[in-house]
Amino acid sequence: MNFVTPEISWAPLAPIIIVLGAAAIGVLIEAFIRTPATRRSVQFVYSLIALVVALGVAIVQWVALEGGGTVVAQSMLTVDRQSLAWQTMLLVFGILGLILFASRTRAGESAFTPLGSTAPGSIEETVARRRGFEATEVFPLLLFAVGGMMLFTCVTDYVFLFVALEVFSLALYIMVALARRRRLMSQEAALKYFLLGAFSSALYLFGVALVYGATTQTSFVEVGRGIDAISGREPLLLAGVALVLVGLLFKIGAVPFHSWTPDAYQGAPTPVTAFMGAATKAAATAALVRIVYTSLYPLEWEMSWVFWAVAIASMALGTVLALVQTNIKRMLAYSSVAHAGFILVAFAGFTEEAIAALPFYLLAYGLATIGAFAVVSQVRERGEDGGVGAEAVRLGQWAGLGRRSPLLAGAMALFLLSFAGIPLTAGFIAKFEVFSAAVAGGGWPLVLIGVIASAVAAFFYVRLVVLMFLTDVPDGAEDAIEVEDGSLARLVIMVTAAAVLVLGILPSGVLDVYADAAQFLVLPNG
Amino acid sequence: MNAMAFVYLAAILFSIGSAAVLLRRNAIVAFMGVELMLNAANLALVAFSRLHGQLDGQIMAFFVMVVAAAEVVVGLAIIIAVFRARQTISLDEPAELKG
Repeated sequence: MNFVTPEISWAPLAPIIIVLGAAAIGVLIEAFIRTPATRRSVQFVYSLIALVVALGVAIVQWVALEGGGTVVAQSMLTVDRQSLAWQTMLLVFGILGLILFASRTRAGESAFTPLGSTAPGSIEETVARRRGFEATEVFPLLLFAVGGMMLFTCVTDYVFLFVALEVFSLALYIMVALARRRRLMSQEAALKYFLLGAFSSALYLFGVALVYGATTQTSFVEVGRGIDAISGREPLLLAGVALVLVGLLFKIGAVPFHSWTPDAYQGAPTPVTAFMGAATKAAATAALVRIVYTSLYPLEWEMSWVFWAVAIASMALGTVLALVQTNIKRMLAYSSVAHAGFILVAFAGFTEEAIAALPFYLLAYGLATIGAFAVVSQVRERGEDGGVGAEAVRLGQWAGLGRRSPLLAGAMALFLLSFAGIPLTAGFIAKFEVFSAAVAGGGWPLVLIGVIASAVAAFFYVRLVVLMFLTDVPDGAEDAIEVEDGSLARLVIMVTAAAVLVLGILPSGVLDVYADAAQFLVLPNG
Repeated sequence: MNAMAFVYLAAILFSIGSAAVLLRRNAIVAFMGVELMLNAANLALVAFSRLHGQLDGQIMAFFVMVVAAAEVVVGLAIIIAVFRARQTISLDEPAELKG
């Protein structure tokens, strides 16, 4: 047997290499800087620089890109406009998430446990807290997650996609377990997220093995050609494709693979929830778009009913379950399930428009998600000792927030209206684009259901707005809530709120950019 | 021996693994189920590789092994953390998250 050394053009991978390399060095920083406080600031500044530099490089590459892009490693990796569009988006989410990670309360508490290995409520935990330990490993973990997701958007091989999937998932599992408050809940969420996540990636991998068996190929394009060449529908192939789709729909969080979403969103430290909610959905959608359009398109008919069924189920179940939630993080989690349904609506008919509409939808949704969870992280209950305690996540506790902090409540209202798709917010344009793509593909019944689901969903978003602005603070509860004013979190809230408004009022520039990016370099028939 | 037999074996192992994840209430046993599924996928990759007369599937199996090892590290760390906090790893027991 001859082994041929692969020819790899490294330059287009620069943003990913910067992020993953910085993550690896970040792990070393953990080992060499002993003082927790110094280590924390070094890690934060260092990770921020790495992400900003990577974002700069990615944008330069995008602007300077001639032709369709570059095939980096034959049939494995392709950096094209589509991939760069997603990569820059993920880097923006990464930067916003990172700033939230570093934000602290007035008492100097971060969102993360001082020492992840100590049992909640143990003496060791108290000692670790008193000695000022910091779980600064979350910064390199965030970099690993961002790097894995960026890789996820430009991989063009089924097995390699599995590797990228695990790179970012493993980092997320750990981060979910590191909450400072309500640690039992956080660890339980991590356990559930991990077991279900590992289960779904095992399903995905077995699907890949079956697809490989049926087509003798694992690269997206070659599998596409292979499927075309097989006359009739081989059960092996169909089973494989079904398992592959299950793995990806799990990451997007669509019904019936959504059961991890509410638990992981509620249990995870709120900055992690913000980052995870925005970025995982974006990365998974990016991969799904690439797979569907460059590899599985010959199975259009078989896939379309899967997408229809999952989209309808996600919109319906997500909306209905969000209605009955009393916990704000859980409510936002079920709303994310409904949004997964809206994302899948775009796939009706597999039109070209969908490739342009989806990045905008994920950008609008991700910014609003990060902003909303940033607000959640600022509203605290009063602890037993009179200090600032855990986050106030019961809906009732938010009554009268508009009077305590008009700025925070106003920003939250904006994010909620954007989720609901009210005009003048980014969410409206995003939903409009996605629904028009679906209508162009003949999916109008799906759009009809989507519009009804949006109308129902508007109820629980507006309910929270009413609660914040039109309801009085309950008697005797005036002191029960404390509003934090962490400058870093404020910065994130302001930036995301401004972005949601600007994208809602002047979306054309960004829409043009994404329409320009709506092409794949490597296509089976090209 | 026909390489297809190994594909059937892989399918059986995969079914046993997924049944373990879905039915067993012990986190470690459920996790073992996941590992069994990953190894079933590996077996299938290698068997298909043999059937097609290519090396691709075998090389991929190496990638999968590395990833599976990393997954074990993270998974056991989380399970141990939960066990220390609660003295149990039953998946029915933890009930902070509901609804």
